[in-house]
Amino acid sequence: MAANLLERLFTPKRPIARNLEIGIGVTVATSLFAAWCIVTYGGLVKASFLPAPDAVGDAFVATLADGSLLKHVRVSLLEIYTGFVLSSVIAVPLGIFMGSFRVVAAAIEPVVNFMRYLPVTALIPLLILWIGIGFEEKVAVVFLGVFFQQIVLIADVSAQVNDDLFKVSYTLGASRRQVVTRVLLPATMPGVLDTLRITMGWAWTFLIVAELVAASSGLGYMILQAMRGLHPATIFVGIFVIGFLGLATDLVFKYAKALLLPWTTVR
Amino acid sequence: MGRVSIEEVSLEFRTRRTGTIVALDSLSMEIPDKQFAVIVGPSGCGKSSLLTLVAGLNDASSGCCRVDGRVVNGPGADRGMVFQSYSLFPWLTVRKNVEFGLAVGGLPAPERTERALRHIEAVGLSGFEDAYPVQLSGGMQQRVAIARVLANDPEVLLMDEPFGALDSQTRSIMQELLLGIWEREQKTVLFVTHDIDEALYLGDVVYIMSARPGRIIDTIEVGLARPRRYDIVTSERFVGHKRRVMASLHSEVQKTMNLTPPDPGESGSTS
Ligand SMILES: Nc1ncnc2c1ncn2[C@@H]1O[C@H](COP(=O)(O)OP(=O)(O)OP(=O)(O)O)[C@@H](O)[C@H]1O
Ligand SMILES: [Mg+2]
Repeated sequence: MAANLLERLFTPKRPIARNLEIGIGVTVATSLFAAWCIVTYGGLVKASFLPAPDAVGDAFVATLADGSLLKHVRVSLLEIYTGFVLSSVIAVPLGIFMGSFRVVAAAIEPVVNFMRYLPVTALIPLLILWIGIGFEEKVAVVFLGVFFQQIVLIADVSAQVNDDLFKVSYTLGASRRQVVTRVLLPATMPGVLDTLRITMGWAWTFLIVAELVAASSGLGYMILQAMRGLHPATIFVGIFVIGFLGLATDLVFKYAKALLLPWTTVR
Repeated sequence: MGRVSIEEVSLEFRTRRTGTIVALDSLSMEIPDKQFAVIVGPSGCGKSSLLTLVAGLNDASSGCCRVDGRVVNGPGADRGMVFQSYSLFPWLTVRKNVEFGLAVGGLPAPERTERALRHIEAVGLSGFEDAYPVQLSGGMQQRVAIARVLANDPEVLLMDEPFGALDSQTRSIMQELLLGIWEREQKTVLFVTHDIDEALYLGDVVYIMSARPGRIIDTIEVGLARPRRYDIVTSERFVGHKRRVMASLHSEVQKTMNLTPPDPGESGSTS
């Protein structure tokens, strides 16, 4: 019986009951929280090393009350979305064309491949020299961090589109332009959304690094200030807020896919 | 009209890895209007390449294809193609898939829908108009692909092993369905298959291709009465044709695998 259950749970790709799925997720999350409570309230670690949940809660209320948390969140969100949207608006069409038109690939592939192995963090000092430590510099870091990765990933999505779809379209009378707009673009959409979802996660990393290096506001700056003032609880507030913002973005991408591309989720 | 003339067509592929591969070598065929022509041949002999040339998706190295005397120089809606891999647009519903050719051709929406629904019904998929391809079985997907190409009303139908991926029951149902449609719609068909029974059951004429470089090595006028019922496969004439096709194909397939026929005198000996 137990062996039977184990066998069912560990069969690749076999669906499990929705309630069981939620139950497992909740159990793991609560266990982690319980472990945190035990080591802090049980006095196993010092509060200056790992603050207790209530201390983090207090810090959350305090930063919320003085308005600083929301200010930093607003700054970070504005920076990340500006950089991310600017990058996506250019990288998506360019990547699609690079993957399907040899001439576009020939033109930009060398530059893209050079830039994509250059860690954007190495460019931060230069960017600071050029455009300072304000909003524009953060946008530039996010942009340069995800742009070349997005192009390469999306070019790959575009190159993977089944050639038979183009052939069949031509024999149904489609022109080259119609093949691009009615076949190539829709065929790449699921891969494009997945790429955006993945690179959004990377964008957070680049933004926080940039804010840690030099900034006067933003969540990374808030964390750095908390470190200097020896307020580990506030550091945790920053970390949790970033985590939840990421989670929310991911959910938006997930629902956008189900809504905009129903054919990828129907069965 | 849909007379297909293939005139001394050759096709070479040049690749760095394999050098020059001659896929087709001065191949000629003349397929009269409304004929159901079937091509069989060993794997890799150039059958798909030949259909691609007639479709205008690739250019011959020399020679040319004509449809009703007009030289083929590019793909067009007058030559519809059905692939083994169904090739439906996964983001479009069944109805929108079938409407695709009509939509790119600029037919107004109401007429387009009316025609699509008629063809969906003809392949027995009424009730699935709003389903997405992922929700259909392989046989159903291939029926959508057939409805899609027929809705476009091409003069010539090019079919590259359309039933190759289906199980044998589904395949024989699809064969009957296709014959029914072809008898009603009267189109020229160029049908590629590996299955000898399928070739003889469907075709007016069966062309046998040699191992690469592909040439026509035998032409069989099937001459079985139509409409055909599936039990003709046991008729004497059918069996006679089948023996002839198998004999020609067998030696060609051996050539493609670099095998020589076993010497009857030494069979069983090990060397
Ligand atoms: N794009 C290509 N580049 C190089 N060689 C090719 C290309 N397409 C086909 N060939 C070669 O041309 C020959 C004929 O290929 P083709 O696909 O027409 O064969 P086929 O008769 O359809 O085979 P099968 O029955 O396996 O589908 C093969 O030897 C193949 O290796
Ligand atoms: Mg083939």
